[in-house]
Amino acid sequence: MAFVNLKKKLVQVKIVYYGPGRGGKTTNLEFIYNKIKDRINKEMVTIKTHGDRTLFFDFLPFDIGKIKGYDIKVQLYTVPGQVKYDATRRLVLRGVDGVVFVADSMSVRREQNIISLKNLQKNLSTYKKSIFKIPLVLQYNKRDLSEQGIPLLPIETLEKDLNSQLKVPSFEASALTGDNVFATLKRATSVTMASLQKKLK
Amino acid sequence: MDYTLGQKQIEGIEKILQEDLFDIGVFSVFLVDRAGNVIADLDNGKLDHDIYSLAALAAGNFGAVSAMANIVGEDEFSLLFHQGTKANIHFSKVMTEFLLVTIFGKEVSLGFLRLKVAEASEKIAKILERID
Repeated sequence: MAFVNLKKKLVQVKIVYYGPGRGGKTTNLEFIYNKIKDRINKEMVTIKTHGDRTLFFDFLPFDIGKIKGYDIKVQLYTVPGQVKYDATRRLVLRGVDGVVFVADSMSVRREQNIISLKNLQKNLSTYKKSIFKIPLVLQYNKRDLSEQGIPLLPIETLEKDLNSQLKVPSFEASALTGDNVFATLKRATSVTMASLQKKLK
Repeated sequence: MDYTLGQKQIEGIEKILQEDLFDIGVFSVFLVDRAGNVIADLDNGKLDHDIYSLAALAAGNFGAVSAMANIVGEDEFSLLFHQGTKANIHFSKVMTEFLLVTIFGKEVSLGFLRLKVAEASEKIAKILERID
């Protein structure tokens, strides 16, 4: 849940990157961090296994400037994507204001994307939030792999599997090269802020 | 549950943190919600903590420990405390949604701190009960 501090004129919002394991959630945040680290002069928090799989969460606070005189601080989190870490995902989702769903474009991951999206819906409902109402952006990641000849799902298939009912903004991206990473974040932030402004009225 | 805290409420909370905790010699104290947002924070300026990362980790840590308590059949654990060589961290729940996190050194005894934290938590709860 967003926190508005009227004394400091500060709004804190929480955006969580969700999706199947090895889909690129942490890579998204790492790309963002590498671009802004000179400006923020802070470490990104990552809690992961020896195998570089996210164990608990990654965390990156990101100032996006002022809106109507208020400083907006976006807290970016990722969740661990592996199926066994469901309890942890639920925990990290607490108080979420907006979600970026990072789908894995590899053909072999088609089912995992769908399972993960259903899992997001279930975990949101434990906080009485609906996947149809929460500010949500889809990212179809790993599009760069087509250059290596790895079979990818066509965008139409991803849209049909994941976005036919939600009808939310979606981006083709490559978290590794950075393609559309910031575009995804900007859109996620703006839909989250728009929803928050509506609630505050 | 989105919420807004007004200037008077924040000042009220900061006054409690200052008088009940900061003045007994802790290094820093902050109030966060369980989503990881920082509500109020005070520190003695000697430590250069990244308060936002600490808050996110505190909320995550507390959430994980609460989940573990449920698994073992407890409602919650009454003490969550990490002991270091120079600095210790104490966590305390305030109502259902907030956490009071205190970082302190050898100068403050844990027992005394727990007493002051309990008093401060009650006073803060009265302020927070009145928010939107």
